[in-house]
Amino acid sequence: MKEQLLLIGNGPAGMRCVEEVLKRAPTRYQITVFGAERHAPYNRILLSPVLAEEKAPSAITTHDDAWFEERGVTHYKGTRIVAVDRHAKIVTSADGRRFPYDRLILATGSRPFMLPLPNQDLPGIYGFRDLDDVAALADEAQYAEHAVVIGGGLLGLEAAAGLRRRGLAVTVVHLCDTLMEQQLDAQAGAMLRSVLEQRGIQFEMEARTCAYVKDEPSGRVAAIQLAHGRRIRCDLVVVAVGIRPVIDLAKTATLDHGRGIRVDDHMRTSDPAVYAVGECAEHRGRCYGLVAPLFEMATACAAHLTASPTQTPAGYAGSLVSARLKVSGVDLFSTGRVQPEADDEVISLTDATLGVYKKLIINNHRIVGVLLYGDAFDAAWYFAKFAAGESIESIRDQLIFGASFVDGGADVAGGAVAALPDDAEICGCNGVCKGAILNSIATKGLTDLAGVRAHTKASASCGGCTPLVEQLLASALGPQAAPPRKTHTVCGCSDHDHAAVRAFIRENAGLTINQVMAALQWRNAEGCAKCRPALNYYLLCAAPADYVDDGDARFVNERVHANIQKDGTFSVVPRMFGGMTSADQLRAIADVVDKFAIPAVKVTGGQRIDLLGVQKADLPDVWADLNAAGMVSGHAYGKAVRTVKTCVGAEWCRFGVGDSTALGIRLEEELWGSWTPHKVKLAVSGCPRNCAEATIKDIGVIAVESGWEIHIGGNGGTKVRVTELLTKVKSADEASLIVRAFLQLYREDAYYGERTAAWLERVGLAHAKSQVIEDAAERDRLAARFDKAQVRAHEDPWSRDAGLPAKQPQRFTDLKAPVPFPV
Amino acid sequence: MLLPSPGEATWIAVAKLDDIPVRAARVLHTETHRIALFRTSNDEIFALEDRCPHRNGPLSEGLVHGDQVTCPLHQMVFELRSGQAVYPDEGCVKRFAVALRDDTVWLDTTAQPAPAVATACRV
Repeated sequence: MKEQLLLIGNGPAGMRCVEEVLKRAPTRYQITVFGAERHAPYNRILLSPVLAEEKAPSAITTHDDAWFEERGVTHYKGTRIVAVDRHAKIVTSADGRRFPYDRLILATGSRPFMLPLPNQDLPGIYGFRDLDDVAALADEAQYAEHAVVIGGGLLGLEAAAGLRRRGLAVTVVHLCDTLMEQQLDAQAGAMLRSVLEQRGIQFEMEARTCAYVKDEPSGRVAAIQLAHGRRIRCDLVVVAVGIRPVIDLAKTATLDHGRGIRVDDHMRTSDPAVYAVGECAEHRGRCYGLVAPLFEMATACAAHLTASPTQTPAGYAGSLVSARLKVSGVDLFSTGRVQPEADDEVISLTDATLGVYKKLIINNHRIVGVLLYGDAFDAAWYFAKFAAGESIESIRDQLIFGASFVDGGADVAGGAVAALPDDAEICGCNGVCKGAILNSIATKGLTDLAGVRAHTKASASCGGCTPLVEQLLASALGPQAAPPRKTHTVCGCSDHDHAAVRAFIRENAGLTINQVMAALQWRNAEGCAKCRPALNYYLLCAAPADYVDDGDARFVNERVHANIQKDGTFSVVPRMFGGMTSADQLRAIADVVDKFAIPAVKVTGGQRIDLLGVQKADLPDVWADLNAAGMVSGHAYGKAVRTVKTCVGAEWCRFGVGDSTALGIRLEEELWGSWTPHKVKLAVSGCPRNCAEATIKDIGVIAVESGWEIHIGGNGGTKVRVTELLTKVKSADEASLIVRAFLQLYREDAYYGERTAAWLERVGLAHAKSQVIEDAAERDRLAARFDKAQVRAHEDPWSRDAGLPAKQPQRFTDLKAPVPFPV
Repeated sequence: MLLPSPGEATWIAVAKLDDIPVRAARVLHTETHRIALFRTSNDEIFALEDRCPHRNGPLSEGLVHGDQVTCPLHQMVFELRSGQAVYPDEGCVKRFAVALRDDTVWLDTTAQPAPAVATACRV
């Protein structure tokens, strides 16, 4: 019988606690969650964007029914718990149901403090705390004309901005003379006020509300009465003057409490079987109302709940808090002290025209307060220094100008990405914008790149945006962010980097993939889909004549010599050397298309013909027919030599100075079938007009009057890179020699998955030149090794004798289900 | 976990062990599902619906490593045993009970109940 863990309150703190418990000990507890609201758990921080109609209510749900079902967690929403019997260890719901527990977590949160004023129960007066409040306000906003928001703090201003966006006239009534006085000083408060005034929000400062005025015919609120005599007419009031921890349950259960429910560093209340987390908890005399501390509490609580009897987890030691205003277009960040104390020094920068104000409070060379208004670009950077208590003595003279000034813009947390708006696209491959990434980090509790990739797919495709995503993680998580990757580990299965693995393979001949993994103490005996193909390639490259290629370590495309498509069908590309074809080849292709009812035929960018939508079962027969017509595999699917694209060249073109087609065909005949760390594309142009676009290829050869230029390291993909000139040669023979030597250097030197462009940026052009151009003997050795490897690479994978269909015909057929099938 | 009991009405013999390549899969079509039968390197057999919950990729074409498979379309990784995605991926695949008796692979065509762990899977 599993221990019963009950959670009262399904807000962010409580739900984070459940997630953390499941992550640490998925099977230890039978978990039951009670939520008083009728909604699925949602991200309360995002209520402001919902009120402002920037987000749909459904978009802020964090855990849907399926989430609970999949994890075997029972969820009672709309169920208020009204009593806790600590002696019997039973809680009772409002409708009288009783639930026993072994451990209990209170995450009852807080409620808005509603001013105890005359007429406080009039219709039209709302708090701003939950989805029902927001729904009611949205409803009212359709008819109301003038809203009063009482309270000029973070929440009040967000409510005001939201209602203003819905078209209401809004007046903010604030007790102090500065807006957000807990986070801002007078100057920043005034700048914020002026921006909000420009948006049509009015302010009554130093104004105390003393009563609500009733509208006689309707019975609703008609105005508020201020203490100094004025009345402000309104048909809607939002009260946002602060929150109070909800501790009624704890009180009646006689748990220790002050302002909140008192907890120790493991979030235990005075009853060791009862925990409290979130806004209802009081830790070391302090209650928190911002999200980061609540998550830290949840983690500490879960660690204690899942610790073995002999362990004592580290516990929660309190949080440094920072605030950011979630009003679109207002960039504001604040942490630590707002006003300098006796020994403090202040560094500030003001630019009224740009609307920028920055203030740093320093004590004993350490940052103790940060206030950024109008440009919170460096918030994460300052916060990191503040939280770490880092000495800023050496950078003091530049500190106020921010990270890019101090660190020269390199590798900075926060970085340029912090300045982007939420709808800026970060990952072009998967269409993921900044807001979606930040949202996933916040709602899913992501802490690393892998998590962001899994949940948003950002940076999961081409990886070009990885630095941006890492900066977003750093800025969202502050000091807890995992440092960005520094080494090229093969994958998560091992701490060894590519270079170490290759060196080991070179020194230990004759191993299999699994033997290498065992010898290098891989964490997973058979690795994963990243490292298995990498090791297979390294082994093949090291011993081309002897290594038995492990087909099961190859991605499906390289296994079946076709390219898997989104619907599970395949595309087939026959090789056309140098992009030349003939009537016979075209006829054979046309016949194949007819015979196998292939739905689409496409001319590719690499001057080939792509047959799309081939059924897997048809692949062997499609290959056989193409083979019979003299065509071999185009390797359009593999980390291999793909295509040599050519222009027509001197044979036909009136500008041509070299026979580019002939050289292209020759190169492709020599290179085809070679497996490489990543795909390799070539092109040969017959004159510097470069119609074959050779300068964005891995290897581009361009004819000039005196011979051939050989260019390397170009890329036309997500990150366009123009080639660098390797050398100039006189003859086609020399060109071939240098291309083969260079390709072998890349094959032996680059990490698996590294294109020539990235590899050359890592090792430098000079390295390639020194091996392939300057050292003639080494060049010849490289070319000889390449030629040796090509002996086996030139076995056509499509051939009936050597290919997969001959060896393993069952790979292409499905199992036959018995008839009749008993379902 | 449901104990396999080949011979009962819902259990059918679907293949010989050697019909399924090691560290790979074969597909069995039923009226309602495409079921991928996986064979690991230590000759354990697992059956999952041949459809990745992410974008319907054919898991049967995926790379098998240990008792996990990586979807060929977008590299989601699943536990063959539970059908559950491996962290940080999320989601799960329908599972079917299988049993190996004297080189014959038996499959229970009724859906598997949720496994007795908190990372339960809907069937």
